[in-house]
Amino acid sequence: MNGQGARLRYSDVTPERLWFDRRRLIAAATGAAAAGLLGLPARALEYRKSGYSTGDEPNSLSDITSYNNFYEFGTDKGDPKRYAHRLTTDPWSVEIDGLVARPGSYPLDDILKGMPLEERIYRFRCVEAWSMVIPWIGFPLASLLERAGVEPGARYVAFETLVRPEEMPGQRQPILDWPYREGLRLDEAMHPLTILATGLYGQEMPNQNGAPLRLVVPWKYGFKSIKSIVRMSLVEKQPPTTWEMENPREYGFYSNVNPQVDHPRWSQATERRIGASLFSARQPTLMFNGYAEEVAGLYAGMDLKKQF
Amino acid sequence: MPGAEALNAAARRVPRGAIYVLGALPAVFLLQGLFAGSLGPDPAKVVERELGLTGLQFLMAALAITPLRRIAGINFIRHRRALGLLAFFYIVLHLAAWVVLDFNLLWGEMLRDILKRPYITVGMLGFAAMLPLAVTANDAAIRRMGAAAWQRLHRLAYLAALAGALHFLLLVKTLTPSAVLHAGAILMLLALRVGWAIRRGRIRTLRGA
Repeated sequence: MNGQGARLRYSDVTPERLWFDRRRLIAAATGAAAAGLLGLPARALEYRKSGYSTGDEPNSLSDITSYNNFYEFGTDKGDPKRYAHRLTTDPWSVEIDGLVARPGSYPLDDILKGMPLEERIYRFRCVEAWSMVIPWIGFPLASLLERAGVEPGARYVAFETLVRPEEMPGQRQPILDWPYREGLRLDEAMHPLTILATGLYGQEMPNQNGAPLRLVVPWKYGFKSIKSIVRMSLVEKQPPTTWEMENPREYGFYSNVNPQVDHPRWSQATERRIGASLFSARQPTLMFNGYAEEVAGLYAGMDLKKQF
Repeated sequence: MPGAEALNAAARRVPRGAIYVLGALPAVFLLQGLFAGSLGPDPAKVVERELGLTGLQFLMAALAITPLRRIAGINFIRHRRALGLLAFFYIVLHLAAWVVLDFNLLWGEMLRDILKRPYITVGMLGFAAMLPLAVTANDAAIRRMGAAAWQRLHRLAYLAALAGALHFLLLVKTLTPSAVLHAGAILMLLALRVGWAIRRGRIRTLRGA
């Protein structure tokens, strides 16, 4: 159980054979739906399950792929689905630089070669006080960083999203200071819950969800999980991040999900689960989005009200 | 303005009740979408947002009646009460959507937010400003109060519109074109009134003071 406490999961009560069958059925059905939806043949991915998955019922593929904050395509949550099909994700490469032993521009295929994929069903909590449950497919960020060789002195990882206004209509306007930037402290980046995702629901990542490679940090607000990554830099100093640059009073570098620290303009004590019943969707928000057992230790001794 | 006469004649032929019926259509479509499940992954937010926006737009329409008459000679005053009451109707529904669909009747949470969150405080203020207007939106109230007092009271519509614009601007994460355009239009509608008041000598300019 990977030291995860004794929360029961479907896998604990369902015979594994049936479970795999069910999963295959769902994967096949949703895959077909995704392909139809995007007008593209979505490629199925090979992956294994993970003990880090939650037992919560995942949101539908349709919810996950039509309700996105991806301002590169526009500020409306329907814009990414509307426009992201224009994004070219092949060829794709990621620049890994800074304090690493083997810096360089790595084609995506090289990054994925020999990297076993896992399904991680994570809760996803947006800073706007809504949440979903998403079955990501990906691999630990730590695996890639270890391969690149983190040099002593590196204390943070800075990430950047692609800038390509021809394909990303939102970038033709100064909505944010492009490129979108995010960052993690090295211990957060190396944490086993932190993954680079290449897909969801067993299929390659839909463009609107951050194809072909995005970060997923389940205990932080969604905007930390940067999409369509083209650059990772190992650095010594805390890097600037997009929403903190935009409004430092409202968005901090850490941005851990924390029901006790409100966003200045709205409460973070509760959240609405997308896809739940209209009259009971609002539920209490959990400390570190329910991952306190795994990650609270990273912040021991810090005042999370000040370093929010 | 050429054509104004024809427009005015046409407006006179439109029965007052027709405006209420047409004005209720957006709410009917939203309700239908809610039951049909065609409002996307977050129907609660769509309903809440659309009701608020429609309410604000009806309020803007009501505030556009006087400028239209004074500047373009187009007289829709016969329908202003319907526009104002429709605005109130949508803001009440907007508030109900917030209470029921957004907050699922978590009264403690809502009360804390009203006191703590500026955009909600301002929104509530706008709603409160509309209450006396809705109650007095009838001929009996005008007779009882006298036209002058009634008109003074109904200047609360300016406060409601200003609160609505601010509510919208405060709640968006980045300044969206929609929020900026609505707020800009409301500021213009109010600036016209300020301009007329100055010209009539009702507001003394700095030099005059």
